[in-house]
Amino acid sequence: MAKFSEQQMKEFQRLVNRYPEGKQKSALLPVLHLAQESFGGWLSTETMDYVADLLQLEPIEVYEVATFYSMFNTQPVGKYMFEVCQTGPCMLNGSDEIISYIKEKLGIKAGETTPDGMFTLKTVECLGACGYAPMMQLGNNYREHLTKEKVDAIIEECRNNAARNN
Amino acid sequence: MGVKLLLAKAHIEGIRSYDVYRREGGYQAVEKALKTMSPDAVVEEVKKSGLRGRGGAGFPTGMKWSFIAKPEGVPRHLVCNADESEPGTFKDRYLMEHIPHLLIEGLIVSSFALGSNNTYIYIRGEYAWIVDILEKAIEEAKQNGWLGNNILGTGFDCNIYVQRGAGAYICGEETALLESLEGKRGNPRIKPPFPAIKGVWDRPTVVNNVETLAAVVPIINLGGEEYAKIGVGRSTGTKLISACGNINKPGVYEIDMTISVEEFIYSEEYCGGIKNGKRLKACIPGGSSVPILPANLLLKTAKGETRYMNYESLSDGGFATGSMMGSGGFIVFDEDQCVVRHTYTLARFYRHESCGQCSPCREGTGWMEKILLRLENGHGKMSDIDLLWDIQSKIEGNTICPLGDAAAWPVAAAIRHFRDEFEWHVLHPNEAQVRNFGLAHYADPLQVPAGA
Repeated sequence: MAKFSEQQMKEFQRLVNRYPEGKQKSALLPVLHLAQESFGGWLSTETMDYVADLLQLEPIEVYEVATFYSMFNTQPVGKYMFEVCQTGPCMLNGSDEIISYIKEKLGIKAGETTPDGMFTLKTVECLGACGYAPMMQLGNNYREHLTKEKVDAIIEECRNNAARNN
Repeated sequence: MGVKLLLAKAHIEGIRSYDVYRREGGYQAVEKALKTMSPDAVVEEVKKSGLRGRGGAGFPTGMKWSFIAKPEGVPRHLVCNADESEPGTFKDRYLMEHIPHLLIEGLIVSSFALGSNNTYIYIRGEYAWIVDILEKAIEEAKQNGWLGNNILGTGFDCNIYVQRGAGAYICGEETALLESLEGKRGNPRIKPPFPAIKGVWDRPTVVNNVETLAAVVPIINLGGEEYAKIGVGRSTGTKLISACGNINKPGVYEIDMTISVEEFIYSEEYCGGIKNGKRLKACIPGGSSVPILPANLLLKTAKGETRYMNYESLSDGGFATGSMMGSGGFIVFDEDQCVVRHTYTLARFYRHESCGQCSPCREGTGWMEKILLRLENGHGKMSDIDLLWDIQSKIEGNTICPLGDAAAWPVAAAIRHFRDEFEWHVLHPNEAQVRNFGLAHYADPLQVPAGA
């Protein structure tokens, strides 16, 4: 079973120490973020049980939280996840066309992952970038003012990064 | 140029770093408050300033602070609400990204006023890179003696921690935020007890928006009375507006609440007019939850008076002919936009974000989404419009938290002002998907764009 490395355990401890004694459950969201980043971009039941154990919680306390928040993935996702905003302000600036273009380009529907495990497309609701629409979240950053050309470049960039890291 | 208090220095090179921020006069409010004022005196200044909560509700901040319970031996907490998620709103992000020390400074002064030794910033999970910006600013402040133990030798201890949310609009509601801060699902609590009595970990807690807490800095520097002279009536000080949609210059603007809506949209200093030379059709002036207004009612009130960018003027006429200042998320629609489609995206948003505790919201938001999609796709019936009205009226006021109202209001306003556009979708099922209804009589025939 996957476990936090020494460095990740240090970060875990830093997160827990921010709360009063006995209130370590408060660290659950940050710790789940850490776990998701550390273990392949999603939270397996095994991972959630591990987090429950570390924070001395019942597993259900972790499951109910992991399934409530949309940033936690309880299914495997691609190496790169395109989270494209589709809410009103982005829609006014052409997010529907961008989403269609990505679907066509990657050959997948929203919520699906490409067969090579490289890309997942997810449509999301407002990410607070309305003035820079249309936009998507990629990893820990935003990609804004999207056009078809920019989408092409982002896909290319991801493929290059993946090739370099292999 | 209007008065700028929050963003006046936001564009100075390097202002994100402590050294530049300090050189530009930063942390003077902390010095003034901690060395020369009592906590109660700080609360008093904020009361005098007339500052109203900048997150959307507009509740007087000083009054909110004065409600905090002070039981012997129980720690109190200040929590900063940085869970900015209202569609159309991206002002807090801008402030935190550009001038993070302003928020940290505001948090130290406010923590001192409220007696919070451990203060938390709850930030939406998607703003991951801003967490790094804030943590760096906190570290710099600590190294320079503005945070930690015995700050400036006054005996006041304060630490600030940043907690990331994980993608839930509902956590912007203060009691849901506290649940989330405790590591739980973001289900809003029944009030009372209010957070001021029983907040995080059952301790007295004040939750304030980012912009509200940043505004405490100029209030202390200027004094509450001077701050209150800026603006008009009960809309004191400055307000950040995040402008988006079909305008030439989307972005975050600081206004002093004396300018007209027309000037805000058309002047080069702000939105720079409608994109591609098109005409203005409608606008949601205060974030997705507040009522949409057609251009004619946006620029002038029902009485024919100029409408201004402030709390009172934007709400003039109530929900019948007015809207709200809300969070300052200003969404502009050009003549080609479809109100039915936009309303559908908002209904989908609220269905997605409903926490599911209360049936009217959990079920009602889904029903509204389905009916709106049906109408948008040309499969709707005339009776669907009344059905939508009926559903929204039964959600409003019948839920634990305001998300129900927030989901109901946009639908109600869209039907109230754009009913003929909904009917057009029913009457022209084949056209509904290929072209939009257009302007009809929504635009103001008398409108002369200022500075355009």
